Amino acid sequence: MKRVTGAALCALLAGGVAFSANAETKLTIATVNNGDMIRMQKLTDDFTSKNPDISLEWVTLEENTLRQRVTTDIATKGGQYDIMTIGTYEVPIWAEKGWLAPLDNLGADYDTDDIMPAIRSAVSNDGKLYAAPFYAESSMMMYRTDLFEKAGITINGRLTWDQTLDIAKKLHDPDNGVYGICLRGKAGWGENMALITTMGNAYGARLFDENWNPTFDSAEWKNALDMYVEILGKYGPPGATSNGFNENLSLFNSGKCGMWIDATVAASFVSNPKESTVADKVGFTEAPCAETCTGANWLWAWNLGIPTGSQKVEAAQKFIAWATSKDYLELVASKEGWANVPPGTRMSLYENPKYLEAAPFADETLLAIDSADPINSTMKPKPYVGVQFAAIPEFQGIGTTVGQQFSAALAGSSTVEDALASAQSSTDRTMRKAGYY
Amino acid sequence: MENKQTALGHIGFSIFAWIVGLLIFFPIFWMVLTSFKTELEAVSIPPSFMSFDWTLENYAEVQARSDYFRFAMNSVILSVGSTLVGLLFAVPCAWAMAFNPTKRTKDALLWMLSTKMMPPVGVLVPIYLVFRDWGLLDTRFGLIMVLFLMNLPIMVWMLYTYFKEIPSDILEAARMDGATLPKEIIFVLLPMAVPGIASTMLLNIILAWNEAFWTLNLTTADAAPLTAFIASYSSPEGLFWAKLSAASTMAVAPILIIGWFSQKQLVRGLTFGAVK
Repeated sequence: MKRVTGAALCALLAGGVAFSANAETKLTIATVNNGDMIRMQKLTDDFTSKNPDISLEWVTLEENTLRQRVTTDIATKGGQYDIMTIGTYEVPIWAEKGWLAPLDNLGADYDTDDIMPAIRSAVSNDGKLYAAPFYAESSMMMYRTDLFEKAGITINGRLTWDQTLDIAKKLHDPDNGVYGICLRGKAGWGENMALITTMGNAYGARLFDENWNPTFDSAEWKNALDMYVEILGKYGPPGATSNGFNENLSLFNSGKCGMWIDATVAASFVSNPKESTVADKVGFTEAPCAETCTGANWLWAWNLGIPTGSQKVEAAQKFIAWATSKDYLELVASKEGWANVPPGTRMSLYENPKYLEAAPFADETLLAIDSADPINSTMKPKPYVGVQFAAIPEFQGIGTTVGQQFSAALAGSSTVEDALASAQSSTDRTMRKAGYY
Repeated sequence: MENKQTALGHIGFSIFAWIVGLLIFFPIFWMVLTSFKTELEAVSIPPSFMSFDWTLENYAEVQARSDYFRFAMNSVILSVGSTLVGLLFAVPCAWAMAFNPTKRTKDALLWMLSTKMMPPVGVLVPIYLVFRDWGLLDTRFGLIMVLFLMNLPIMVWMLYTYFKEIPSDILEAARMDGATLPKEIIFVLLPMAVPGIASTMLLNIILAWNEAFWTLNLTTADAAPLTAFIASYSSPEGLFWAKLSAASTMAVAPILIIGWFSQKQLVRGLTFGAVK
């Protein structure tokens, strides 16, 4: 009797499990840990209440771990994730390889045309959208208005790097704990190389010529690296070679940087009184130019894409449409205020007076994102897509190696000439091995 | 005079040991301290030592954002599971090598250890493909297998060292009394090797608990242990040290408590035969 009852219970349980598995589609979403993404996780009740048949499982990882994890999964078609958070570097490469499902069913009211043109082109391949931007950023300069005023400096028009160097000299006062300028010095393709490549673009350099030959032996690169080493080495904080975004953010927020050139997304952190001791003394302006302003500020977006290995493409598209829609921006604004909506992806946001009022950095952010074009980002012609990177699989390795050589020049353990010569030879070797020429 | 010198020597060694101990402990202490600061205080320069507004908000936020107990339960299952499975293989293996050595035993031991010298990322893709094809991705069973295989060389080495200390005459006497091989291992060898086995188990539980390559790369949600829980609090853009410290404190707390209570066993096991 006991056995029969047990068997019946088991059958019931199994039936129950099978029933609930059929009734619900579980989407597994891989994402990075940043304020906008965490906010989205908190607001997902809105999505699940509108789509009761879909449940969400979040996997939040550190950026480099996430990149390694999702690359392994998508390359082996592991099918562990239904939605992946990927950068503008990965989207064109993965779309080309057929690893991403095209987003062709985002709904009639999605309004794809409202996505900023530069971002849309960065996440499209052959005219099809392969990922939807969740938030986007460019680079710009944040500066201390009180220190500028004290030193009698006013900004008229877009600064050049030479002018920035002069200002850094005037503001540099290490005895009182203020450094002229804070810039990324930590080696890595997404760290110091993001900034130095935009400086290179401004000085008329490019990563590769039309035949994919590296061009680090050019005079333009020499000028750019000379400026980087001089301005950060002489007028930057000590130990700048270990400073990335977060280290510079904490330096700026504690009042130790006269100027800081970095991601536009930093604007909301430095002007937030809860996080910054200088929140009411920050001004924003575009990143400096040199020979040209083309490519002088970068373009990056975190996007949501669907791997072709996913069995739940339809439900995943529903979620992406929700998370990157205009309605989502309204939802965030209603719960957390307009200053906290994910920036940089939709043009309508920058026409919204409520947002413009809540975000004093909105104009500069829009200007920066609008002026960054991943296709035309260098003075001379180039064969690659991307402002601060080249969207080819080899670039991660190249960027990190070259970043280490440039970091060595900043630390003084090698000269600018030696760093550029090493960068040229190591990149040449990699490109040759990869069969580009 | 000699006594005085010896006493001074003891005091000198004690001071040195305390300094080394404090140096090793300092990062953990700093992590716990940071977990009670606000994000702004956590990055302030110069850092505040004790004079800051103590807050529990990081713990509250970590608790609200992540299901800590699910991650912790996975850590317990993976570390204990892989250690128990490991013992099933390592005890007979170490017995064979310690009491019935051949001329190739030393080479076999070295070869086993050499498998630890390869960086795990070198076999990531093949193992990932095997896991994918066998449906083991994001399963506790799959991860127990990987962790057990990863720590098996160390378990065999440790147990081999302990077993070598046990006189083989005792085992022979048991055999003379008619003990079969399983009985010889279970009733004679194992009771004598309890300290060694206990310290092997403890060390392997700690190693499996802290393993952060395979546990991050082969899991997504269902089998993810505390390493994945910690990894979710590092942020590319934005301040995160205080929350990360709170998450790390919560992650290391269970193993730290176990280590504290079993430290005598652990030390005795690790130094077993060391002074011979």
